[in-house]
Amino acid sequence: MCLGIPGLVEEILNSEPMERSARVRFGGISKEINIAFLPAVAVGDYVIVHVGFAISVINENEAKRVFRYLQEIGDLEDLE
Amino acid sequence: MKYLNEYRGRESIQKIVAELHRTTTRTWTLMEVCGGQTHAIAKYGLQQLLPPQIELLHGPGCPVCVTSLEIIDHAIAIASRPDVIFCSFGDMLRVPGTNRDLLAVKAAGGDVRTVYSPMNALELARAHPDRQVVFFAIGFETTAPANAMAVYQAQRQGVTNFSLLVSQFLVPPAIDTICADADSRVQGFLAAGHVCAITGFEEYLPLANKIRRPIVVTGFEPLDILEGLLMCVRQLEQGKYEVQNQYARAVSSEGNIPARDMLQQVFEISTQNWRGVGEINSSGLRLRQQFAAFDAGQRFPMDFQSREDTSGCISGRIMQGLSKPDDCPHFGNRCRPQSPLGAPMVSTEGPCAAYYRYGTRPHHHQEPRHEH
Ligand code: SF4
Repeated sequence: MCLGIPGLVEEILNSEPMERSARVRFGGISKEINIAFLPAVAVGDYVIVHVGFAISVINENEAKRVFRYLQEIGDLEDLE
Repeated sequence: MKYLNEYRGRESIQKIVAELHRTTTRTWTLMEVCGGQTHAIAKYGLQQLLPPQIELLHGPGCPVCVTSLEIIDHAIAIASRPDVIFCSFGDMLRVPGTNRDLLAVKAAGGDVRTVYSPMNALELARAHPDRQVVFFAIGFETTAPANAMAVYQAQRQGVTNFSLLVSQFLVPPAIDTICADADSRVQGFLAAGHVCAITGFEEYLPLANKIRRPIVVTGFEPLDILEGLLMCVRQLEQGKYEVQNQYARAVSSEGNIPARDMLQQVFEISTQNWRGVGEINSSGLRLRQQFAAFDAGQRFPMDFQSREDTSGCISGRIMQGLSKPDDCPHFGNRCRPQSPLGAPMVSTEGPCAAYYRYGTRPHHHQEPRHEH
């Protein structure tokens, strides 16, 4: 239920403030998604979608953080 | 899909598992709050990868599981009315009420429909002005803004044949209640990432201090969950109880402000009844007075008394982390996904369904798989 799926914003479909919607691609399919809760979202952003609403824009830099951290662990292991 | 596959990579998972084994020196019992996390843990066999000292208990974050018997009976009564189109997320249809479930209402000719979003229910109301369209608004903070938006739009558009049967839950009071139980073994929490995408985690700061247990806001991919556990264990090993954010790619400290504003405009905090657990103060939401016209509970008053649940289902204990699914005597024999006795065997977020589907066994009798 609290499942949220990441998808790519492909096109803004409606820009009326309370009815903003976008076409969002999830792998092979795309769907019209309400983006009223993300006023600053833009084409090319990845968003988390839950029950038809985009609730969060994925921060690219934070998305890569854990891999940088794992890299550091790997580098330390190489030194051991 | 970007941001899915990366977080499932074998090599990354092995590295973080190795780090967890290096970090863990004592036994720790942790709870993942969200049912989505429970399913990922079972599906990817994460418990079996952990050091043998770490035990996971599964939390209350399955809205289908905690929705009370009274509300389900009320839903069944409303859905049985010939003038009603009853809309719900699919998971609710097989949850047993006192006498039957929503699927049985549908089989008997009731107009029960599965929808993806509350907005689909609002569209149905617009398309069928001669019918009453009722949406079963269950869920946690993640779902509440969407449900609020449907009501807000209904009012704005003057749609009067639309209403919500509300069963909304809030996570922090449940965490507090779990910790207040003298029998609770939980020493640290993985908080639900998508709940916090809405609410942020400011509210968790005083909570962590009060319960003196670490809380790590955590995502749903295998790598997320393992990193959340690592952050939690690190704190425990150092005697800390802070709030940390593993899921920073989707969660900020203040959350989603437009969504929070919508939630607060439409809903107010109320006491809530959790199935098998009982009432918890300030742990639910109800429609504010100015939206009372959209309250299906008032529009279609209940004239039916729910019987006490005598199925023997121990879902309340499981939701509080006091028992695990395979502690239940009915698990896998009288209770199976095809013939569920309780909601946790039905829901795609239910812990019993997760154990049944993925065959999770307690790990602590096995040798640790990973050595270093
Ligand atoms: S196995 Fe079935 S009866 Fe037992 S707790 Fe789970 S849902 Fe309830």
